[in-house]
Amino acid sequence: MARITQLDVNGVIRRLDADGDRTLLSVLRDDLELTGTKYGCGEGQCAACTVLIDGQPTKSCLTRVSAATGKKIVTIEGLAPNGKLHPLQEAFLEADAMQCGWCTPGMILGAVGLLRRTPHPTEAEIVSGMNGHICRCGTYSRIIRAIQTAAAKGGRA
Amino acid sequence: MITRRSFFAVMGGGLAVWIVDNADAQESGGGARRGMNQQAPADVGAWLHIAEDGIITVFTGKVEVGQNARTSLTQAAAEELRAPVGSIRMIMGDTALTPFDQGTFGSQTTPQMWPRIRRAAATAREMLVDLAAKKWNVDASRITVAAGKVSVNGHSAGFGELTQGQKLLRTIPASEALTPAADWKVAGTSVAKVNGREIVTGAHPYAYDVHRPGMLFGKVLYPPQFGAKLVSVDASAAEAIPGVKVIRDTFHSRAMSEGAGMDLVGVVAPDPATAEKGLAALKAEWKPLEGQPSSKDVFAYYKRHARAGGGRGGRGGRGQAAEPETAPANPNLVSYTVAYIAHTPLEPRAAVAEFGADGKLTVWTGTQRPFGVKSELAQDLGIPEDDIHVLMPDTGSGYGGKHNGDAALEAARLAKAAGKPVKRCWTREEEMTWAYFRPGGLIEVFGKADPSGKLVEWEFHNYNSGPSALNTPYDVAGTKTEQLHQTLSPLRQGSYRGLAGTANHFVRESYMDELAHGLKMDPLEFRLKNISDERLRNVLVAASDKFGWKSRRKTSGTGFGLACGMEKGGYVAACAEVSVTSGVVKVVRVTQAFECGGVVNPEHLHNQVDGAIAMGIGGALFEAIEFGDGKIATNRLSKYRVPRFADMPKIESVLLDRRDLTPAGAGETPIMAVAPAIGNAIFDASGQRIRSLPMAPGNKLAAGSTAAE
Repeated sequence: MARITQLDVNGVIRRLDADGDRTLLSVLRDDLELTGTKYGCGEGQCAACTVLIDGQPTKSCLTRVSAATGKKIVTIEGLAPNGKLHPLQEAFLEADAMQCGWCTPGMILGAVGLLRRTPHPTEAEIVSGMNGHICRCGTYSRIIRAIQTAAAKGGRA
Repeated sequence: MITRRSFFAVMGGGLAVWIVDNADAQESGGGARRGMNQQAPADVGAWLHIAEDGIITVFTGKVEVGQNARTSLTQAAAEELRAPVGSIRMIMGDTALTPFDQGTFGSQTTPQMWPRIRRAAATAREMLVDLAAKKWNVDASRITVAAGKVSVNGHSAGFGELTQGQKLLRTIPASEALTPAADWKVAGTSVAKVNGREIVTGAHPYAYDVHRPGMLFGKVLYPPQFGAKLVSVDASAAEAIPGVKVIRDTFHSRAMSEGAGMDLVGVVAPDPATAEKGLAALKAEWKPLEGQPSSKDVFAYYKRHARAGGGRGGRGGRGQAAEPETAPANPNLVSYTVAYIAHTPLEPRAAVAEFGADGKLTVWTGTQRPFGVKSELAQDLGIPEDDIHVLMPDTGSGYGGKHNGDAALEAARLAKAAGKPVKRCWTREEEMTWAYFRPGGLIEVFGKADPSGKLVEWEFHNYNSGPSALNTPYDVAGTKTEQLHQTLSPLRQGSYRGLAGTANHFVRESYMDELAHGLKMDPLEFRLKNISDERLRNVLVAASDKFGWKSRRKTSGTGFGLACGMEKGGYVAACAEVSVTSGVVKVVRVTQAFECGGVVNPEHLHNQVDGAIAMGIGGALFEAIEFGDGKIATNRLSKYRVPRFADMPKIESVLLDRRDLTPAGAGETPIMAVAPAIGNAIFDASGQRIRSLPMAPGNKLAAGSTAAE
């Protein structure tokens, strides 16, 4: 497999040297040290590894790095450029929508995608749109509240 | 290990307060739990330091696994120091800097550490007032402390200024009385998670995220079946892969099923993918362990291996002589079963180990017992505890499942052999196969009530689940027998949120419903007739009032149930509404009341109670470890269902704030009433009494018994 030598991550061209067959998740975490993107299951069941690729929430554990070249990748580290939190990050803090926080980066990026598709989701739309994400601590009701709050404030990225 | 003598050398000058239970042991630099010739360590201590630049640091051996202890303990210090929450830094679970602590479990952080940190902070405040009184030559009683400043008349100074140039240390015993706080200002309020910003920006480094220069990635060979013994391994293909190094070693004292002498075959490589390839290229031959039970017949296995005398056995196959129980059983006993379940912390076990040039070992790992892991490492590697430093970054949850140092031991062994730092991250499959499980259990119960609804007989036998909440909180006028039966478990098992409290409450509270139904008495009324504990009555009344129990209206396919209990200083009652349509159960609504003394942080307590309800639904309805032939069949999230958004009912939690009572922990007890409340609601909806957890595996109601049986 061809080597991958650059990736567009959070608006910056990052140089690297990785086998194109490797997962985007591993390259982000282990080569670029962007560890805000989390491993949870490696089979697309928990969505803790969610990143945005050309604006679409994507499970990076199921994505080969070769499939992400030439595309714009946004990880949780790129959601608050210049330190100003994204409305969803603010809303998660306000709603206390986390306990251990391991699912939170993927949850927030999944919600960014949801609000891009559906700016004013009903509760049922949030449940079906976010059902691929697992929060083992069970803060689901707070996450729903956070997404509603961000949506009410026009929380599109 | 930091001592009072070395403290200022490490921390710099300023003012310090030490809370210790056993001052002599602390001074000797103890900390070992098992080391030879070492005194018992000073347990559950805490210390607090105010540096000359005003930075306030609190040190505790407790750790943060998502339960928000970092925030609640910061509140304790802020309350007594009269300082802003943001001015306080909390160092947790760092074996080089914090006092020894047995571990973060048993809902003990709030009862143990909260008052100690308040005492330390209150003492520091008094010391600051004394310094100010001297400095300005005024009477101490006129001095006020507020918003991180010490003031009187026209004078005002920050904490750091007052300590300037001095090294002031006061040691006070943990038993020193703490003035009850009549009107808390910071304590008892919903302070936001203190490191929430690091979480939502992805900046917080968990153990899985730790990166060290020159670090290699390690993998470890595990057998295809539990208990299988390694016969031979051909590593030539693995060693031929560029970058791969194969490591062969033996654990001396690893606390796994295989026990001491467990073989270690591992690989290290510069990146995880190469390490995986190396692992896959190992050709190993195994001798299987035969005759192990499956998840289908494990309950009979418990019964068969039960030994007289109580207590709990370890994993099977260790050759312990079993003395079978011979006492004749009560023929009226009704059997319930509880499946093994997996904690499934979303961050699996992980560790990074690094040996310094001086031979000293540093390990970053996610564990509920950093000092315990230090001891495990010392024992297994044969190096002194003083040469080991374990750091515990705030971790991606534990729920009782991260008590030991499996990943730490593996990382340390591999790092030692490789001569480089090694990171060892467990995969989800490893986490769900080789970590320990919540015990399965067989529970037999019988009880009788007189026609007025008073309990007159109670008999309860638990095989394998454990002793937590084994004893009924109800008054029993006649004979009462409650017993734990020691037996063997085919799977590695250990603590889980609430321990056996969930299993014992499920059975007791389901059976109480069976009795109420037999008496044709309302389940609430029946319980209240048999509870004299006022705190238990209060939560039951609060939950049922909020739920609208007395005005509930049954429609076809819906049902209502309730349950209550107490454990670890917490009192809980839950009411549930379910719908059952063609055997498919949906939990519609859960209302839960919880009381654990004074409420330290209302929002975080609501979050904890709501989270316990969510997690409790998984164990109640669908979580189960299926195993057979020495293999776990449900070792991935695609095969093991955990609660998701769509499984959530409408959740309401009611907190009873008893500021007249010392705060108790809240991490566990709120899970205990969930399953029986749901089970009782299922019976109400369907007429089926489900006497097994989970009650709806594969989304369909399990086989139950009708009321007539």
